Amino acid sequence: MLNAGSTAWVLVSAALVMLMTPGLAFFYGGMVRSKSVLNMLMMNFMCLAIVSVLWCLYGFSLAFGNDLGGGLLGGFEYVGLGGLPTDPIGTDPDKIPILAFAMFQLMFAIITPALISGAVPERTKFWSWGIFVVLWSTIVYFPVAHWVFAFDGTTAETGGWIANTLGALDFAGGTAVHINAGAAGLALAIVLGKRRGWPRDPGRPHSLPFVLLGASLLWFGWYGFNAGSALGANQNAAIAFTTTTLATAAAVIGWLVVEQLRDGKPTTLGAASGAVAGLVAITPACAFVNPIGGLAIGVIAGAVCALCVSLKFRLGFDDSLDVVAVHLVGGLIGTILIGFFGTTSLNEASADGLFYGGGFGQLGIQVVAALAVLVYSFVVTAIIALVIKVTIGFRVSDEDESTGIDESQHAESSYDYSGLRSSGGHSSILDAATSKVPASAGQEG
Amino acid sequence: MKMVTAIIKPFVLEDVKGALEQLGVLGMTVSEVQGYGRQKGHTEVYRGAEYSVDFVPKVRIEVVTDDSTAEKVLDAIAETARTGKIGDGKVWVTPIETVVRVRTGERGADAL
Repeated sequence: MLNAGSTAWVLVSAALVMLMTPGLAFFYGGMVRSKSVLNMLMMNFMCLAIVSVLWCLYGFSLAFGNDLGGGLLGGFEYVGLGGLPTDPIGTDPDKIPILAFAMFQLMFAIITPALISGAVPERTKFWSWGIFVVLWSTIVYFPVAHWVFAFDGTTAETGGWIANTLGALDFAGGTAVHINAGAAGLALAIVLGKRRGWPRDPGRPHSLPFVLLGASLLWFGWYGFNAGSALGANQNAAIAFTTTTLATAAAVIGWLVVEQLRDGKPTTLGAASGAVAGLVAITPACAFVNPIGGLAIGVIAGAVCALCVSLKFRLGFDDSLDVVAVHLVGGLIGTILIGFFGTTSLNEASADGLFYGGGFGQLGIQVVAALAVLVYSFVVTAIIALVIKVTIGFRVSDEDESTGIDESQHAESSYDYSGLRSSGGHSSILDAATSKVPASAGQEG
Repeated sequence: MKMVTAIIKPFVLEDVKGALEQLGVLGMTVSEVQGYGRQKGHTEVYRGAEYSVDFVPKVRIEVVTDDSTAEKVLDAIAETARTGKIGDGKVWVTPIETVVRVRTGERGADAL
């Protein structure tokens, strides 16, 4: 029987996760230079538009249709969001309409490609990015979501291999969302190449208030992401809510302590990045660990991710906004640490990790799941990116990049303070109106 | 002493800066400016209407040098900033009466 409370919670969670994508846009938008803000926001906002359409047409079906074989891809029976079961889905007593589940999962499909954009801002052709989002969602995200999120008997009889055959624990998408986006970001940053002038000019954030505002919106929306993944108003949602809060708080402290020791100053950018690193790391683990486990995963993720942001300078790839250090590394930490901190004391569906007498079994399973998604995403993303690069081109010209991508791709700028541009210009519509005035008029001066 | 002033495309600033460093120029002042020359701006379409943009974004570089290097600085900027396309800008040289370094009070060429 349909549960009204659970249905309400999942719909609200879907709306919370929707807000994460604009939140991410401002988190990223504050970090780029003032000449690239609008393009950064647009790269994220377009994911809302593109992936929503794909999800209806075939995305939901490829991810959550009945498995075509081997747990690799869903079938086509839900194309156009049609042919859906009318009975509520899920486990008693938390049954919800399948469309509530479909909209909740849509928001995950939207934010995952949006996360990748942080690896290649300030230099990507807008429509090439749009085509990338279509191809990447289709070939990478929808299959991987099927592997991880499609449980046998939920939306269809047979689901994906990681969820069912392998039995890896990933409560809210540490693998399918964060490792997936992080590995793709790395591939894309390598194929597109570094920005002009990087790393001599690292491109300092133009608006840290935006960054902290965006990180705060992400933290808020993440309650939908993690606690909503319980797919019901229930005990698991409360556990996930608790560990999400604790891990994020601990990660902020972990990141800032590393910054204080390494650089001598705790930065606003570090606090915002630490929060996101904690949110990422607790995502797979949120209902599988206890509150102390949440604190531990958070502080480890905050500190380790803070150390990893300098890797790109040593290895020479311009992952401009640290998608790799935060999402790939954070996702790996959270997914693998379930093998240590997992405990069945709060949630029977969890597994006991090393620290709770469970041995190495679950740890091995977690590593296999993490590596499978990492390798698949990296390889396929690199191929998609190379195809776009050699066909329609993936980067704007050097001159357009230097002038500013907002101006060259969108004919707009975020901060028009001088007024010279608007007062200097005039509209041809006005020209047409004034041209009807007799030529003799207005020439007395 | 001379002041070399250049109005160039923002895009070539990094290259010009590099060329001047090669010449041993020790400092410069850079500002973002807008203006037009013979190119007279250009037109743009935005939200269905066509606009003429009269003032085009440029970068102004100012370098104070001694008399002997002014010509080299002028040439270096002109060669590095040249793309051959319309709107490459202009460079000019003006005489400077004197210069004072604020911190020490040194005057003339010593202050450069």
